[in-house]
Amino acid sequence: MKMKWTSYPYILWMIIFIVVPLTLILLFSLTVGEEGGIGNLQFTLDNFKRFLDPKYIDVLWISISLALKSTAITLLLGYPMAMIIAGEKPSKRNLMILLFVIPMWMNFLLRTYAWLTLLGKNGFINYILTKLGFAPLNLIYNDRAVLLGMVYNFLPFMVLPIYSVLVKIDNSLIEAAEDLGANKLKVFSRVVFPLSIPGIITGITMVFMPAVSTFVISRLLGGGQYMLIGNLVEQQFLWVGDWHFGSAISIIMMIFILITMAITAKFDTEKEGGGGLW
Amino acid sequence: MKNIVKRILVLSLILVIGILATGCGEEKATINIYNWGDYIDPSVLKDFEKEFNVKVNYNTFATNEDMYISIKKGGTSYDVAFPSDYMIERMIDEDMLEKISKDNIPNLSNIDERFLNLEFDPENDYSVPYMWGTVGIVYNKKMVDDPVDSWNILWNEKYKGQILMLDSQRDSLAVALKKLGYSMNTRSLEELEEAKEELIKQKPLVYAYVGDEVKDLLVGEEAAMAVVWSGDAVAMIRENEDLAYAIPKEGTNLWFDNMVIPKNGNNKKLAEEFINFMQRPEIAARNTDYIGYSTANYKALDLLPEDIVNSEVAYPTDEEIGEREIFKDPKDFLKVYDDIWLEFKAQR
Repeated sequence: MKMKWTSYPYILWMIIFIVVPLTLILLFSLTVGEEGGIGNLQFTLDNFKRFLDPKYIDVLWISISLALKSTAITLLLGYPMAMIIAGEKPSKRNLMILLFVIPMWMNFLLRTYAWLTLLGKNGFINYILTKLGFAPLNLIYNDRAVLLGMVYNFLPFMVLPIYSVLVKIDNSLIEAAEDLGANKLKVFSRVVFPLSIPGIITGITMVFMPAVSTFVISRLLGGGQYMLIGNLVEQQFLWVGDWHFGSAISIIMMIFILITMAITAKFDTEKEGGGGLW
Repeated sequence: MKNIVKRILVLSLILVIGILATGCGEEKATINIYNWGDYIDPSVLKDFEKEFNVKVNYNTFATNEDMYISIKKGGTSYDVAFPSDYMIERMIDEDMLEKISKDNIPNLSNIDERFLNLEFDPENDYSVPYMWGTVGIVYNKKMVDDPVDSWNILWNEKYKGQILMLDSQRDSLAVALKKLGYSMNTRSLEELEEAKEELIKQKPLVYAYVGDEVKDLLVGEEAAMAVVWSGDAVAMIRENEDLAYAIPKEGTNLWFDNMVIPKNGNNKKLAEEFINFMQRPEIAARNTDYIGYSTANYKALDLLPEDIVNSEVAYPTDEEIGEREIFKDPKDFLKVYDDIWLEFKAQR
């Protein structure tokens, strides 16, 4: 197919901002050597070998398990939510979606900071608890706080694609199933759920990707005690200055994301279905 | 119709590329300044802009390491930066700093001699002192009833979940090393390993490892004690009278933040003008009053309120400081420090 010339700006854009950076990261991950031009770089696999150290594998494992947990929780919370919204009348539906999206207009960092004042030792939640006569809880600077931050921040990415698929399901299909004698559960498990899989797949990838690579949430809500893979990359780039090792970690992270995408794509029977957000 | 769309597209593309390529074509000279977060009175920058008819481009960093990387590798050019002692030593070694022409900085004479000609920059050829201070423990008198005079209190089970540490490699390792009675500039792997174990042992007691947030957390009484730089302690005590600052007897880190001119800057003359401006007594006094840190400019002291000048926290005497060490650049040993810190951080 001949490309329209109007697509050239986008191709140029993709080359400058996607292809070139990715190539550079790959190049850095496969080399060592101090700065001073490309000529001084030596090819090696050391950066990847270094990652095999148990302490880094641990960090990777913790990040993946936290990301999986947050993806599972957002799915469990998000699916019913998407169904409820999709079942409403169009006017009410649009309002609900708007309400859902409004918080995302605020800066991501600000929203995460807000949790600090809610969860803190003398924060809002503990204030209410002590007023009610309960002992204050330790809510912040632990795994649960990080998980909460991920679920809170990424929930819309799960709800929106599922919603946009659910809302497009042809009502006559559901009516047909009911006419053929299926009860509500059966209609859901045989008709609605299979048809919504493309949305679920998109939702899972959209949540898992940022969750596995986040470093802000774990820093703010984890109190610097929880090193995730994103923090490791950040540290290599910003403080240690070992861009080669940092790039290698990024590549490894990308491979993991690609693997999850491949796994989820397998379940995606309808390739062209589209989740609405892609 | 289609033609119009085409033309608009082409035009906008040219416009975008044009903007990207030329930047803003302003006539005014600009000066790029790279400072610690929360480390200047912002109105001082406005005054400099007005007086010299220039535009100040101001950026901040959180740690020395962070600053070093962006100057070394970030492709950014800064005219003035504010690194600390050991980082200045490294930057001089790596030929990253411009020699300062002292003739252009007459206000150098306002600086207390105690802060000149220190080991990291023996002739002050490369740096002009800005602020200095110690590292100690700030604690809430209502929440801590043991005497605070030793780093050991940070390992006291009684204060589990109420202790804040600095999320900064050299500073946190220095605390552990000093607690063990070693030098904070140690070049022994065993001593560093021991310090790491000590920090890991402390981890369950620590509420969080923080940066600038430490001020909010202590003023809001979210924690009982924290390792801080003395200037932050001054600012915190100003806001919450129940807080106090102590320098542990095992020894503290005496530090100096100086102004330097990085080699990749493009306006040395203006940079020197700025450094000289910052050392005018009234400007130095304004900055000191605003941020709470201790100025190296002795003429500024006369312009400051008595309670600041007489504060033991901000201007301790030699005896009050007691045992002290200044950070040195670990040079070839740096990688060991980096690895030890990473191992500690990755530890659950």
